[in-house]
Amino acid sequence: MSIDTETARRVAKLARIKVEEDALPALASEFSAILGFIEQLNEVDVEGVEPMTSVTPQRLKRREDVVTDGSQQAAVLKNAPDAREGFFAVPKVVE
Amino acid sequence: MTDLTKLKIAEARDALRKGDVTSVELTEACLSAIDAADALGAFVHKTPEIALEQAKAADARNGADAPALNGIPLGIKDLFCTKGVPSQAASGILEGFRPEYESTVTSQLFADGAVMLGKLNMDEFAMGSSNETSIYGNAVNPWKVDDRQLTPGGSSGGSASAVAADLCLGATGTDTGGSIRQPAAFTGITGIKPTYGRCSRWGIVAFASSLDQAGPMTKDVRDAAIMLTSMCGHDPKDSTSADLAVPDFEAALTGDIKGKTIGIPKEYRMEGTPAEIEKLWSDGADMLRDAGAKVVDISLPHTKYALPAYYVIAPAEASSNLARYDGVRFGHRASLEAGDGITEMYEKTRAEGFGHEVQRRVMVGTYVLSAGFYDAYYNRARRVRALIKRDFDQVFADGVDAILTPATPSAAFGLGEMTDADPIQMYLNDVFTVTVNLAGLPGISVPTGLDSQGLPLGLQLIGRPWEEGDLLNIAYRLEQSVGFVAKPSKWW
Repeated sequence: MSIDTETARRVAKLARIKVEEDALPALASEFSAILGFIEQLNEVDVEGVEPMTSVTPQRLKRREDVVTDGSQQAAVLKNAPDAREGFFAVPKVVE
Repeated sequence: MTDLTKLKIAEARDALRKGDVTSVELTEACLSAIDAADALGAFVHKTPEIALEQAKAADARNGADAPALNGIPLGIKDLFCTKGVPSQAASGILEGFRPEYESTVTSQLFADGAVMLGKLNMDEFAMGSSNETSIYGNAVNPWKVDDRQLTPGGSSGGSASAVAADLCLGATGTDTGGSIRQPAAFTGITGIKPTYGRCSRWGIVAFASSLDQAGPMTKDVRDAAIMLTSMCGHDPKDSTSADLAVPDFEAALTGDIKGKTIGIPKEYRMEGTPAEIEKLWSDGADMLRDAGAKVVDISLPHTKYALPAYYVIAPAEASSNLARYDGVRFGHRASLEAGDGITEMYEKTRAEGFGHEVQRRVMVGTYVLSAGFYDAYYNRARRVRALIKRDFDQVFADGVDAILTPATPSAAFGLGEMTDADPIQMYLNDVFTVTVNLAGLPGISVPTGLDSQGLPLGLQLIGRPWEEGDLLNIAYRLEQSVGFVAKPSKWW
């Protein structure tokens, strides 16, 4: 399957990665090569096979629905590029 | 004692217990070796203060009941979060990140007395097979046969280089498609990826959560058994970690493999595999037969679809896991221009912070998960994955105890040699290892010979789920039969 520049632009947008306009054709051709490789999967007969959800047959463990952690505001904010007054600060979101 | 850094973990443990050496002496010897080995690019954050403090504490607690790794100096892959110490996954997007917590695996190693010498180089977010995608620059293989600098493999390239060059006694690695076993093979050391769920993933920067596992990279099989015992165990903070008792893996090393059945999968005889790797493989099978094992031909019919399935599943999971790097909670945030909103912040931050290979995989993952393609790519790949696992289940049900394969399709290649190649050429490095991650099985790479240029080559053994002890014992027997003792000559 061949990926065009428009699709590459859309995928970059979905992934929230800025790709310059002049880099899109090269990106599209890389995607085409990788997807071409992946296309081999179409040769496999997967009729009646369930998609794998867990590689080990174990059931996820359950625990009491209680608070086990928290009250660590300083630690949580420690690595933030911009933290103010106990919050993460970001550019204006709502007009 | 001379050449303290050349000691294996088991030897150092015994010398420490007898009082022949102190952990401080051992640690200082490693720290000097590390400072003299910057040309290898293996250690990217050195932690001498932490190391010496841990070493002193280990010496103070030395005695008959000292824990298993008391005073043993190790290197830690940069993918593990270590409290207060840079933990960047070799990415620009985690520049400056110092976790407020310690990963479960490193906590367990420290609880067992291990000493951390520093953080080790790797491919960015563990995406790569040559350690060339790192923000820190390349890690270099201590093995050299001409003027070229060779890759130590990847993604755990710094770990492999450090252990092979005797900068530390052992190191942690992680393996999503071969990232422990391929670099181990390229540098003449031992590396094991345990069964999915054996090691907690908590505090390890996530790449592809259904495939990622931590494991040790060491100078021999016994050391791998010792370190693995310490790294494994149930952790309530990782819902996929197995609530199973962890045996003493070292105690499993009897060297007796009489009556074991070893499978040789015909699908691993790939076109273009060098004759010397074919020979290494058949010699390995002969040695196991001579040791009393039964060697049988087996078939794993879906092998050829493992790499394409992996290159759907791993990028899909990565695109989801790496969505957290948004410039808000940790790491890098791009500087913004007037009028830029939150979307521009995300897009510029991620374009600046992620390297090319990571961007490519995140976008491939985004594509295969996008509306209209989810069934055709992602669900189909998960179906194929189920078939790949079924192949192994069938072989084990037929009585096979372990499977012997080559570890890599070639010896180490030169840094920069793959730069212009299509990305799929690089992906082919994992052709023998990636099936094991897809099926969640334990796999170990053992050095078994040198190629005609004098570079190390390894064989891989694949075990039954949760049977790491049995797998390590077969690997131990192979190691004894092979008698691989070659070491790189020091040039750095």
